Amino acid sequence: MNVPLAKAVGQPVSRVDGPRKVTGHARYAGEFDVPGMLHAALVLSTVPKGAVAAIDGEAARQVPGVHVLVTHENAPRLPYRRMAQRPQVDAQSGDQLQVFQGPEIHFNGQPVAVVVAETLEQAVHAASLVTVTYEEEEASTTFDIDRGKPPSSGNEKAGRPAETSMGDADAAFAAAPVKVEAIYTQPREHHNAIEPHVTIARWDGDVLTLYDKTQWVDNDRKEIAHVFGIPEESIRVVSPFVGGAFGSALRTWPHVTVAALAAKVAGRPVRVELTRRELYTSVGFRPHTVQRVALGAERDGTLTAIIQEAWGQTSAYEEYAEVTLDPARNTYACPNVRTRYRLIEMNTNSPCPMRGPGVATGLLAHETAMDELAVALGMDPVELRLRNYAEKDQHKDLPWSSKALRECYRIGAERFGWSGRQPEPRSMREDGQLIGFGMATAAYPAHRSEASAEATLFSDGTALIRSAASDMGPGTYTSITQVAADALGLPVEAVRFELGDTDMPFAPVHGGSITLASVGTAVEAACRVLLEDLSNVVRADPDGPFANLSADDLEWRDGGAVRRGGGELVTFETLLRGLRLDRIVGQGDSAPGDESKTYSSCAFGAVFAEVRVDPDLGTVRVHRIVGAYDIGRVVNPKTAHSQCIGGMVGAIGMALLEQAEWDERFGRVMNGNLAEYLVPVCADVRELDALFVESEDRIFNPLGVKGVAELGICGVAPAIGNAVYHATGRRIRDFPILPEKLL
Amino acid sequence: MLETDEGQVRRSEAAYSQHAASIALTVNGESHQIQVDARTTLLDALRDRLHLTGTKKGCGLGQCGACTVLVDGRRVVSCLTLAVMNQGKSVTTIEGLAEGGLHPVQKAFIERDGFQCGYCTPGQIMSAVGLIREGRTRSDDEIRENMSGNLCRCGAYTNIVQAIKDALAQGLDDPEAVRQAVEAIRQDAERGE
Amino acid sequence: MVPFAYIAVATPEAAIRRTAEGRGAEYVAGGTDMVQLLQEGVRAPLELVDINGIAFDDVSIAIDGIRIGAMARLADVADDPAIRERVPVVSSALQESASPQVRNMATVGGNLLQRTRCLYFRDATTPCNRRVPGSGCPALEGQNRINAILGGSPRCIAAYPGDLAVALVAVDAEVLVAGPTGERTITVENLHRLPGDAPHLETVLEPGDLITAIWIPLAAAGRRSHYLKVRDRTTFEWALASAAVSLGMNGDTILEARVAVGGVATKPWRLRHVEEMLVDRRLDHALARAAGERAADGAEPRGRNAFKVTLLRRTVERALLQIGGLA
Repeated sequence: MNVPLAKAVGQPVSRVDGPRKVTGHARYAGEFDVPGMLHAALVLSTVPKGAVAAIDGEAARQVPGVHVLVTHENAPRLPYRRMAQRPQVDAQSGDQLQVFQGPEIHFNGQPVAVVVAETLEQAVHAASLVTVTYEEEEASTTFDIDRGKPPSSGNEKAGRPAETSMGDADAAFAAAPVKVEAIYTQPREHHNAIEPHVTIARWDGDVLTLYDKTQWVDNDRKEIAHVFGIPEESIRVVSPFVGGAFGSALRTWPHVTVAALAAKVAGRPVRVELTRRELYTSVGFRPHTVQRVALGAERDGTLTAIIQEAWGQTSAYEEYAEVTLDPARNTYACPNVRTRYRLIEMNTNSPCPMRGPGVATGLLAHETAMDELAVALGMDPVELRLRNYAEKDQHKDLPWSSKALRECYRIGAERFGWSGRQPEPRSMREDGQLIGFGMATAAYPAHRSEASAEATLFSDGTALIRSAASDMGPGTYTSITQVAADALGLPVEAVRFELGDTDMPFAPVHGGSITLASVGTAVEAACRVLLEDLSNVVRADPDGPFANLSADDLEWRDGGAVRRGGGELVTFETLLRGLRLDRIVGQGDSAPGDESKTYSSCAFGAVFAEVRVDPDLGTVRVHRIVGAYDIGRVVNPKTAHSQCIGGMVGAIGMALLEQAEWDERFGRVMNGNLAEYLVPVCADVRELDALFVESEDRIFNPLGVKGVAELGICGVAPAIGNAVYHATGRRIRDFPILPEKLL
Repeated sequence: MLETDEGQVRRSEAAYSQHAASIALTVNGESHQIQVDARTTLLDALRDRLHLTGTKKGCGLGQCGACTVLVDGRRVVSCLTLAVMNQGKSVTTIEGLAEGGLHPVQKAFIERDGFQCGYCTPGQIMSAVGLIREGRTRSDDEIRENMSGNLCRCGAYTNIVQAIKDALAQGLDDPEAVRQAVEAIRQDAERGE
Repeated sequence: MVPFAYIAVATPEAAIRRTAEGRGAEYVAGGTDMVQLLQEGVRAPLELVDINGIAFDDVSIAIDGIRIGAMARLADVADDPAIRERVPVVSSALQESASPQVRNMATVGGNLLQRTRCLYFRDATTPCNRRVPGSGCPALEGQNRINAILGGSPRCIAAYPGDLAVALVAVDAEVLVAGPTGERTITVENLHRLPGDAPHLETVLEPGDLITAIWIPLAAAGRRSHYLKVRDRTTFEWALASAAVSLGMNGDTILEARVAVGGVATKPWRLRHVEEMLVDRRLDHALARAAGERAADGAEPRGRNAFKVTLLRRTVERALLQIGGLA
């Protein structure tokens, strides 16, 4: 059996779903035309803790067009069955919020009722007429590190340990000739994908269909099956397009249950579409995190001690924890490393992963501290990183399955023009503006998971690939199409990939940058199975063109088969018609092997940023960013480039703009919109470039890919912060770097 | 299984409130007479009444630009105008931008990868078309400034700017555009005489 | 959004009749602020009177000034050659307002009346004296980074968010108002009230009053003018601090000065004491510095907005340097 040569993989193929997206014909979850659909509006608690004392819904019920008002007083009891194994996307300890099952209030913004009406206008108005009175209790709304508690065993097991120690970091730090120590703060940040979360629920008897914004249809189905105590087979989840998510649609949030419940009670399909303000309390966010970093080094820059401690916020009903301290443990070689992780319970909705979860946060502190160490040593920041280059994953004590980070530093610095940096802060100026150059290391662990796919080859020479994956923007539709095209020896135009439906073969979560490594390998497997079957059939056909050949004599390419060493190409059309088959189907599965026991896999990068700072007004503008990345094999350089520059834009927000303005008195985010919660606009972004080093990681998976999306936001914010230091001589450790911090 | 209390279900005969209005709207060249609540935004009328879901709802408060359409040829955010305020107006949405094929801006967005998730894309494209009509494309900075009413959380801004520049450049090679430009010059010259 | 009646009118008389009766009718023009406030449940009119049919949307130059119809859209006024040449401060303030789409929709009349961006005013779940008189002001001790350091009271420190009004104060502009009892003019400087004990009363307009035009006297239009807006994001954000400066110059000597600031005060804020410092002086770095130093006199910072004291000083200084070609 010969594998076709890669023709599509590696090419900058334009998005195959592009025409649908640019014409408005890509259908997102809330856009399905479901006959008889009603509209829902939520009533949310306005206190952070306590219980609902009374709900007066009479005025709401009188509003014309209103069908039902569902509250904890009249809602059907839902079983909320426990899952045998907690999904990775959920908080690893505590209990998910149960909607309308009791009067308890855990946070400001918790749903306490839902109104269902003929039109959205009617529902929203009626919801505003529902009067809720509360018995308030004293809430925990302050981020008080004295209340920090170690993560529970669920999080320990999931790789978010309370303490880790290697060598004797405290003694080494005390003895270090050069040291830095500081506290770093990152605020609560919100995903703010442009598409709001939305669910349409429709019951046909006992069968539930959910059109939902989700990064994982299979788990969505499983969660709702457990909530309602119904078999998974009676639920179908459809989600062909996701308008950005960045982690906010990994898990199944309460509003999905609200939609299904409201549709059940109303006896009609119901759409729940969250408003922008509701998104700040109805889905998760990147948790407010404070970190202390202490680094000790020899005078030549060799690290002798790394101590990093983190305090992250979590909710009162669930314990969400992150891998914030992973970067402290394995980014650089150092014999003495100690980490400590604590969580602070607050009356808030639960946090959740947001692009580069934990790692981006940990690197923000770690890579800023490394820059401070470089300053203390009088050493070039790139040189310091090369001096402490980690030749292995010292925390896991495993070799890397691949690592080309040295090359990233080299070509990134070269493209950026790092050598033109004058080391002294405030030494570079142009047009009255201070110029700063800064850099940082980026890294994000590579994982893969079990996945399945189905490949169908039709007698017209086209193929259909299906897997219940998702594409929230990285280009899964396109990259998988490329993988399948090469696997079948077809042009990209002849292959169609469908995703986002529980009727399709199982796919893992579309998160953690695992999709291509997982689903891509399953698709390759499915195509291989398909061609093997076809090979067997054609060679067994005594009247066929390839009768009695051995499998090795057949070569699949250019939309058909050819006898190795010469002969005419026989197209798939001819082969299938000759066999009187209208199609042939292959099922394929893939799963990680034992490689993660013998290797550690990670994507790497080196990020260089130039900022311009107004010395009087304190405004910072990012002039340009260059990132050089080792992401393994680059399946599509065009979409991979977009992933990286997209991460940079997100990180400009992280570095300079984004923060939820929390009011402790109300336990509420006050700037819950897109006018006062600032994300970067077009004019905030000038030149961005991403380069890829030659790399292929066949140890990690047969495709050789490592994943891009999460990596793209990592290391960029500290590079910007380090550039601000270089421009101004001011070290801002409390992000975002707002003008007032530089005045 | 669930118990549904039928008593909770109260069906209203009045699907719409007394504050309903009937308005005439031309959308993508087609005349519509639609019944709307006075509170219905142009955005919701397009999406929920006319099922033109290419126009996206991102924030409902004019803060993201995803709902950008052309009204009488100018770009506006359709979430901040009530449908009733647009009586008799002509609306162009992403679905009506090009008949049959793709508009040069649409082609350029695909070629330059001016989007990722695609949700802000129709608004970006309608905004870009409005921008080009306004002539605010004399420099990269002017394009960036005047595309800043359209948020892209995936961060495709640099590619969007490239796509707009490509479309502008291609526009000049477009025989129809050249013919129109020549015609305009001829008419100006005639008027000058 | 509460249910409301909707009526479109074609004349000012018809518009004024609807709203003068005090029965909960309110005007809507561009709709860009009104619809946000309706969506957020901040405003609940019984009737919306659509005045887009009133054709006061031209910019005209008379012998003694420039008249801008109140229904003119921000983008059109910003692009108007007369405005760009004669009162660049107005053109820039408009160009830097909101987004291109909103500038195509919003009217200049409506823009003057846009409501504060105070986080508590816009979030109907919290108290706010401006939204619900007597309910309290959480901004005093809360998330008040965007709030005012000038002109506040113990009842309210909401910042006036607009740019245009600030620029208009610097060019001595007036608004022409038609009302139930006839027409009158009000200087833009006097259009807005201080919050005092009644922050819900934002302007001196009475029920039925309709702004029909903005008038910029030619004397002011002859001065050199400039608008500087400072914000976190490069664009599409309200001002953290802004300065509108217009100077009558003879060579590099200042004969007449107007300095108004935005983003920092409860209304468009004129710095008369700074103006006095500038008159009959040569515009140089030292003068700009000295004037900037006095720009925040009387400021009452409260927590997170304290930085605006320094930012305002430097903004005024920078605006003066820029207008003098010194920056």
